[in-house]
Amino acid sequence: MGAIIEVDRIRCDGHGLCAELLPERISLDDWGYPVIKRGPLPEHLSALARRAVDVCPVLALRLAHASRPIALI
Amino acid sequence: MNDTLLWYATRGAGVVSLVLLTGVVVLGIVSAMRWQTASWPRFLTTGFHRNLALTTLIFLAIHVVTAVVDPFTALGWEAAIVPFSSPYRRFWLGLGVVGIYLLLAIVFTSLLRPLFGPRVWRVVHWLAYAMWPVALIHSIGTGTDPRFAWMLAIEAACVGSVIAAVAWRVRRAEPTAWRRLPAIAPQVKKWS
Amino acid sequence: MELIGPADESLATHRQRLGPVPKLASGELIAALDASGLLGRGGAGFPVGRKWRAVAERSSGRAVVLANGAEGEPLSRKDQSLMAARPHLVIDGALLAAGAVGADDIIFYIGTEHRAADAAIRHALAERASEIRGRIRIVTAPAGYVSGEESAAVHFVNAGDARPTTTPPRPFDRGVGGRPTLVQNVESLALAALIARRGHDWLIDHGRAGGIGLITVSGSVKHAGVQEIDFASTLSDVASAAGGLRGDAQAVLLGGYFGGWGEVDEQWGLPLDPRSMRARGLALGCGVVHFLAPESCGVEATARIMAYLASQSARQCGPCAFGLSAIAAATQRLATRSPQADDLDRIVRWSGQLVGRGACHHPDGAVGLLRSALELFADDFAEHQRRRCRTVSRPKRVAVA
Repeated sequence: MGAIIEVDRIRCDGHGLCAELLPERISLDDWGYPVIKRGPLPEHLSALARRAVDVCPVLALRLAHASRPIALI
Repeated sequence: MNDTLLWYATRGAGVVSLVLLTGVVVLGIVSAMRWQTASWPRFLTTGFHRNLALTTLIFLAIHVVTAVVDPFTALGWEAAIVPFSSPYRRFWLGLGVVGIYLLLAIVFTSLLRPLFGPRVWRVVHWLAYAMWPVALIHSIGTGTDPRFAWMLAIEAACVGSVIAAVAWRVRRAEPTAWRRLPAIAPQVKKWS
Repeated sequence: MELIGPADESLATHRQRLGPVPKLASGELIAALDASGLLGRGGAGFPVGRKWRAVAERSSGRAVVLANGAEGEPLSRKDQSLMAARPHLVIDGALLAAGAVGADDIIFYIGTEHRAADAAIRHALAERASEIRGRIRIVTAPAGYVSGEESAAVHFVNAGDARPTTTPPRPFDRGVGGRPTLVQNVESLALAALIARRGHDWLIDHGRAGGIGLITVSGSVKHAGVQEIDFASTLSDVASAAGGLRGDAQAVLLGGYFGGWGEVDEQWGLPLDPRSMRARGLALGCGVVHFLAPESCGVEATARIMAYLASQSARQCGPCAFGLSAIAAATQRLATRSPQADDLDRIVRWSGQLVGRGACHHPDGAVGLLRSALELFADDFAEHQRRRCRTVSRPKRVAVA
């Protein structure tokens, strides 16, 4: 199961480096903030996704492994 | 081993390190200012910043090792490790040691950023503004030879570029100011 | 009336009316809440029993109950009225919740502007000092729309900062002091206290489809204020209880600033219970029912709400801070009939871009309201983009006596 990119929206400062490195999955809105495509990452993009996560100047991104999200069930 | 060669290696690696460090500082500022063009994305700036810094470490290693093993300078390893412990040019050399420690702290926290977290990383990174002047002053102070014009020119170029970059940064608004700006005034607080 | 009455009911009267707080076996109350189908009354409408169970499962006896009486929604008055009139019922609910989830600390989070509610709760706590034995404290919520959001409430108690935090972890996992925390609206707690005494059927039987609840009626009615309704009631019933409409209201705002606009004619005879409202794409949310006067322009009303919501952004997340400001500015220009060429297109586009892109649901709520406005007032918005206004050009109606 592919990983999922998650962003801490409070930490995110709209630097946009993530979108530069992973345009296949991350685009920027009108104000420079990331819009991340939903769904797990395809295998061939995982290395790039790792780089995108590492390049973020404020460490707002992380790769989570797709699992059931915490729900009140 | 030719003594002169070691001496030149020390001096040469030192100058190269200073120039590279200047590049690192300028690129760091360019990165913080979020500068980019259509053909120069930001990850190039951050990538160069990082790679130049790591390259600098190599030249610094050459600079320190050749200085210590050079029989002419009579420096022991202690001089390279404990700041201000060398009898030769105690103060200026000591600054160099301090500068390297500052740089190592910055590089170490950067390489292990996920471990240290963004706040610690940021605080340590600001030490760069102490590290670079220390390196520059060390470079000027340890010079024994008559000041060659080219050496002066290099130093002037380094100082000039850092001053220009810092001035640019100081004048432009902080990109995260939007977090502190007062929000637009509410037009209606409570409806009757 | 269960939830409203003259101010500040004393402990003696409360006990006389309702009897003492029942002692229930562990798990019994949560099962009753599940069976009753009680939905939270803070706005999100989350099933109360499920929430309590989530906290109970994580609690080792040191959980926290946070009774949320912040009520930052400007159009809502129900929570402050409830606390002012029936403080003991709310306190019962909080004590029962603490017992059911295994909490040893109860916090009443009361909005700073709600002076009467604060006084009534303090007085009621003093009356029951021996029973409570210092387990309950009051924390005054700062003014502001988002300070009542659950992670903001927890953040304020922990660190004096009433801004939402990134979740996970959610409060039921790690909240006040890192302990599992039940953040529950005061009206929900009051209803839980009534269910504890009367059983889960009571809610369903008493109110037919979905029970009873409080709403705040405002706008173009004779007597604005808080009403207790049963959910089989309709807008028509609500309007009558408010003394009737003043004039021919065209639109009604349901659920407050995070709710949506509905057409009065369409909703007039339909019941207000949660399920049938959801089927119609609406929600009562925190119980706001605001009738827009016929002489008011829907675009202008929407612009005012968007300006308010933009000003209330915690400004922690770019899309919310910038997006809501941009939307507010564009709707303002539309309202004053001096829009830029693509203002209407832009707000439509932006309203698609903001959902789910903040740390809390503030942008989602704002966008939800905007979308319902764009739908209901579609013609008005189109006219305003052409620098005209249908309402202003319409002859003023005389209010019906």
